Amino acid sequence: MSIPSTRTLPLKLLAQNPGLLRRVAPVGTRWSSSISQRPGSDSVRFPGAVNSKFTTQMSFLKASDLPAIPTYRVMDSDGEMVDKTRPPTDVTDEEVLTWYRNMLTVSIMDVVMFEAQRQGRLSFYMVSAGEEGITVGSAAALTPDDVVFAQYREAGVFQQRGFTLKNFMDQLFANYNDTGKGRNMPVHYGQNYPRMHTISSPLATQIPQAAGAAYALKLQDLQNPTRAPRIVACYFGEGAASEGDFHAALNIAATRSCPVVFICRNNGYAISTPTLEQYRGDGIASRGVGYGIDTIRVDGNDVFAVHEAMKEARRVALDGGRPVLIEAMSYRVSHHSTSDDSFAYRARVEVEDWKRRDNPIIRLRKWLENQGLWNEDLERETRDELRKAVLKEFGEAERGKKPPLREAFADVYEDITEEAQEQMKELKRILETYPDEYDLRPYQDGVKGLD
Amino acid sequence: MALARAPLRGLTQISRRFYSGAPSPAAKLNLPIDYKSTPILHHTPSSLSEISEFPAAATSKRLNFFQAINSALRTALSTSDKVLLFGEDVAFGGVFRCSMDLQSEFGSDRVFNTPLTEQGIAGFAIGAAAEGMKPVAEIQFADYVFPAFDQIVNEAAKFRYREGGTGINAGGLVIRMPCGAVGHGALYHSQSPESLFAHIPGLRVVIPRSPSQAKGLLLSSIFDHNDPVIFMEPKILYRAAVEHVPNEYYTIPLSKAEVIKPGKDITIISYGQPLYLCSAAISAIEKTMKGVNVELIDLRTIYPWDRQAVLESVRKTGRAIVVHESMINYGVGAEVASTIQEGAFLRLEAPVKRVAGWSTHTGLSYEQFILPDVARIYDAIKQTLEY
Repeated sequence: MSIPSTRTLPLKLLAQNPGLLRRVAPVGTRWSSSISQRPGSDSVRFPGAVNSKFTTQMSFLKASDLPAIPTYRVMDSDGEMVDKTRPPTDVTDEEVLTWYRNMLTVSIMDVVMFEAQRQGRLSFYMVSAGEEGITVGSAAALTPDDVVFAQYREAGVFQQRGFTLKNFMDQLFANYNDTGKGRNMPVHYGQNYPRMHTISSPLATQIPQAAGAAYALKLQDLQNPTRAPRIVACYFGEGAASEGDFHAALNIAATRSCPVVFICRNNGYAISTPTLEQYRGDGIASRGVGYGIDTIRVDGNDVFAVHEAMKEARRVALDGGRPVLIEAMSYRVSHHSTSDDSFAYRARVEVEDWKRRDNPIIRLRKWLENQGLWNEDLERETRDELRKAVLKEFGEAERGKKPPLREAFADVYEDITEEAQEQMKELKRILETYPDEYDLRPYQDGVKGLD
Repeated sequence: MALARAPLRGLTQISRRFYSGAPSPAAKLNLPIDYKSTPILHHTPSSLSEISEFPAAATSKRLNFFQAINSALRTALSTSDKVLLFGEDVAFGGVFRCSMDLQSEFGSDRVFNTPLTEQGIAGFAIGAAAEGMKPVAEIQFADYVFPAFDQIVNEAAKFRYREGGTGINAGGLVIRMPCGAVGHGALYHSQSPESLFAHIPGLRVVIPRSPSQAKGLLLSSIFDHNDPVIFMEPKILYRAAVEHVPNEYYTIPLSKAEVIKPGKDITIISYGQPLYLCSAAISAIEKTMKGVNVELIDLRTIYPWDRQAVLESVRKTGRAIVVHESMINYGVGAEVASTIQEGAFLRLEAPVKRVAGWSTHTGLSYEQFILPDVARIYDAIKQTLEY
């Protein structure tokens, strides 16, 4: 037996307990016997590259010489199936109608809330215009037990997984019904079941967490074989894929064989930064291949392609457990957020062209009309009905009181610390000493909310 | 734009909503800061000439905080070819407009967008500094600096010490970042992590209070010091604070505090945006408590800090309060208070008080209750004077 590798052990631990060396010995042997260079072999058998052929040809691989990874699509921009011989889709008409309705709901909510922000009625908003097909189509392939980690432009995932208009509005207006207890900026939605972790503003932090969560699900499902196995779906943009966390996540998910599907929404812009300044090489998909992960690029305006890709990715992820990367292509036809004016860095005509050229909602509508499932009257009635539903919940949520002031201090730790309790008392003393200085009417229970 | 308004037909108009509670209609202390009249800012060119740090006989222009940063960056880029400016969305002017027009003036070799990676930006800047450039790196929000923490703490701060005899260092490096609360930034657009950096020897941590201070301190950070500088810009001031700023090149020394209002009865030590709250509380207390005279000190550099200026003041007044926005626990106030306790114990007439953010996160609906306000500062002054 060879000397074990100690590089994975913290030195301090070793110093305290030299016996650890003996206990970990088998780990250190994993390289020594199985991989070696056989005499006369035509390929390298280094530990880090086991099937590499020797060559006398010196040539550097050039990303630009490789063919671009193709983009999977099922339906063209006229709503026609590209391959007329295959069945259009493996879903029922009712399901497709639900998708369409969900895409429309998010799109109508976006228009209302963007304008509401402009009127100063909420502090911030982010639309997902042009990406409704990616979010709704992919979420439709998940089961309610699957777990989602999203970024901030995935309202369609929430909508498809049962988040109600009331849930959206309560969060947006940070009222006492908001599960985030009025603490988060608008669009930082969250739900326990079907589980969608509450959105965190920092970019890419959710991606390695998704790998770890998937590993947990995998172990739990192995330990309890009676339950249907689950995956994690993790959403992020192509800008976030420049963060170290993205690379760490793909690598660790691959090495630990985690059942996670990474869905990159490549919409061409990270605030003002176009993809040309964001990365070189063949998109985000090529990164997946580099990490040894099964990867596909799909047309994000084609909800059928997205759904099929996600369904297959989910199957692959559970087939022994491994990560999959989906790069879904779209164009951010909106501003980054209500804090952004994108015409400061891109031409209005570029955006208008994209809007005209293609759009996931219009494309699906054409398909539905081609099937005789939809028409102008239904469109008008549905839009009207959805708009009224949005406005109703808007009005009720906006009138809702804010949570009590104690929620400012709760949940930092499991229990409020002695120090924080004293701070709450001190705050209460200030509020009672200077009652004219604070308007506590918007808060549930007023100053008593600190008790 | 009547068309765009259409979606909200059917909802009654309401007056502008305050996301973290409206100012109370009866408030006398917690009023919105009046940046047009605050004594913190130079509203006329004549008050500039009274300050020795500003160039004599300077011409000046009224600039807001982001324009002053822009002016400093333009001055720096034209002063030395070694100056580089980069970060996320810097090319089109930056999300806070600090780098406006600089790419077109100085070219995309020296002013450019980076991919979205804070650890990459910081590491890239350290490497460029180590090879003799003067990189000014922008982190889009202080809340997003943490992926760069390893590079800043383990590399930038320790570079000179580690290299020792080779003499190689990361001096010339400035990492700029907008910080602080604005009223609706919640957990991730409000933080002021200065104490985390101030804990690390090897870093200079600077927070300017106004446009004219920002320009002088930023130029000083780039040219007058060979140490890495964390330059934090209170983002609420970017548009709100407007004052006369000298047009010329000038520097304001780092690690030197400034007495911005002399007084004899109590010393308030603060920095950045809360100085405006302190100033409002001081004018209220000096009206209600006749004869009371408060001294206000701007630390300007958080670390290494001007201990002697603070001790000198407290030895004179015998009372001190430290005010800052970030959490009270293990914050800058703890360091300042204990230094005062060690250096001026026998002169103290009351315990040193801290007015700072509570030990929690900046929940959207609760910002005004979590962060220091004029009433809390007023109360602290009163308590400390009456101790």
